[in-house]
Amino acid sequence: MTLAEKILARASGVPYVKPGDVVEPRVDLAMSHENAALVLHQFHEIFKGLAFEPQLWDPSKVAIIFDHRVPAESPKTASNQKRVREFASWQAISKFHDIRGDTGGICHQVLPENGYVRPGQVVVGTDSHTTSHGALGALAFGIGATEMASVWSLGRALNVEVPATIKVVVSGKFKPFVGPKDLILHLIGKITAQGANFKVLEFHGPTIRTMSTSGRLVLCNMSVEAGATAGIVPADAETARYLKEEAGVTEALDLVSPDADATYEAVIEIDASGLEPQIACPHTVDNVKPITAVAGKPIHQVVIGSCTNGRLDDLEVAAKIIRGKKVSSGTRMLVFPASGRIYRQALGKGYLGAFVQAGAVVMNPGCGPCLGVHEGALGDGEVALSTTNRNFKGRMGNPNSEVYLCSPAVAAASALKGVITDPREDH
Amino acid sequence: MQVTLTLANDISTDIIYPGRFMATVLPSETPQFAFADDLAFNGRLKAKEVPAGSVIVAGQNFGCGSSREQAVSCLKGHDLVIVAKSFARIFLQNAVNLGLRVVVCPGIEAVEGDKLEIGATLVRNLRSGKEFPVIALPPSRQSIIDAGGLIAFTRQRLMQLKKAV
Repeated sequence: MTLAEKILARASGVPYVKPGDVVEPRVDLAMSHENAALVLHQFHEIFKGLAFEPQLWDPSKVAIIFDHRVPAESPKTASNQKRVREFASWQAISKFHDIRGDTGGICHQVLPENGYVRPGQVVVGTDSHTTSHGALGALAFGIGATEMASVWSLGRALNVEVPATIKVVVSGKFKPFVGPKDLILHLIGKITAQGANFKVLEFHGPTIRTMSTSGRLVLCNMSVEAGATAGIVPADAETARYLKEEAGVTEALDLVSPDADATYEAVIEIDASGLEPQIACPHTVDNVKPITAVAGKPIHQVVIGSCTNGRLDDLEVAAKIIRGKKVSSGTRMLVFPASGRIYRQALGKGYLGAFVQAGAVVMNPGCGPCLGVHEGALGDGEVALSTTNRNFKGRMGNPNSEVYLCSPAVAAASALKGVITDPREDH
Repeated sequence: MQVTLTLANDISTDIIYPGRFMATVLPSETPQFAFADDLAFNGRLKAKEVPAGSVIVAGQNFGCGSSREQAVSCLKGHDLVIVAKSFARIFLQNAVNLGLRVVVCPGIEAVEGDKLEIGATLVRNLRSGKEFPVIALPPSRQSIIDAGGLIAFTRQRLMQLKKAV
């Protein structure tokens, strides 16, 4: 069995599954953010008229993290957050992360860095980028709010069709200023935005084995942009290191692997050493071009952050490029660390100071402008270059604007010039 | 059933329900923001010029992107039917869960104003006379629709569990 099949079989209490089988896996972790307000509404709908009170199947397996609109931008959001906060308190949800500088952050960073996600788990989240958590060898996929209400009630995901798996084998060493973001953009460009729809991307090869968990999070995070149900990296020594050293996990881990004779629907091989920095051009994530094709394009806003590229190594790369220089006049640069922990680490290492001195605006951890709901909206006709994960029309809050996606290195080098810039030019 | 709108491939949930309206969550309130950035179509919806049962015909990968359920509830609120060449996974599952009628029809050809006859196995375009095969939803999804949506399906399961205890 592939890794996804193996995890689903175990969680469903059956010895074997194959693609197309329908199973009801036990859920190990059920994550929501602000949309817990809708989950809560649907949860109460399920119990309406029944003879028993609404009750979470297991509050210790429910996580709620405020990140999409923090601090609240409107009374409506604040009231939704208040309702969810009261529910979390009533149900004693310990994995509730409120708007705080110490324990808050983006859900897809808070979950791994607190050790909530473990290899072999089934993780569901009311967010499409829940695929991120496959980086730790878990099967993690996005669901809607009503499906989450069902999981809250039963502790199982109902009628899950076992997806087929595509094996992605990556070899070769990245060139300087090329990394995981360029790799996943290249893959999405190659297989298209629907190339993995209803399927799992399972990542293998020497490049993946030597990649940090932070880099693996980038790959799994954006797997959904190829339509994938999940992206997954088989757990290994690096997974164990991350969970022990960075997430403080002390329990024994079950580093579950796919079987050697697993059946894959397709195998895709990529040589990472041949990659240039990649850019996803408007308005689809699969409209990917090498940087040479778009270099020189004027940009009005640069965004560094998000669940895709707001981690310490991302900020480090950007800070090294920015330090001692100035953001081009006419270009705004916004930086959003992915969590309070990363914010403090970046502060301690001087990265945030370097950004501010260069003229960037460092914002509080959260989803920020990524999905156009909170701050950093674009004006008519403006162009953004962003390390986030989507460039759909209207994504940054204005349908009359454009979003280009790139790595932190490209974003930082471009902020200095005010045009899309190859970071290899001057560094 | 009349085609009220035709769309290209890869229509994202940001087009169907822009992120800036996501603080609105209740199915009773989301329909006003359906296709909010398409001022003409949103205007027709709000003016009640689109009768219940009208059809949106879309290309491949309809509903790609976010898991936001508002993208389904806003269309359901107008009683629209979506016929697409293919759907993105989470959107399709949300549609099944909430009871938005979705039809997978890989070869569909239609323009606005066409009348379609939608059956279990075929969509017939009454203007062109052409017929296009429908890919039936798998039993795992159809059983949720047959139960009246995921809320009803989950309630049934909860009551079975309580009886078993």
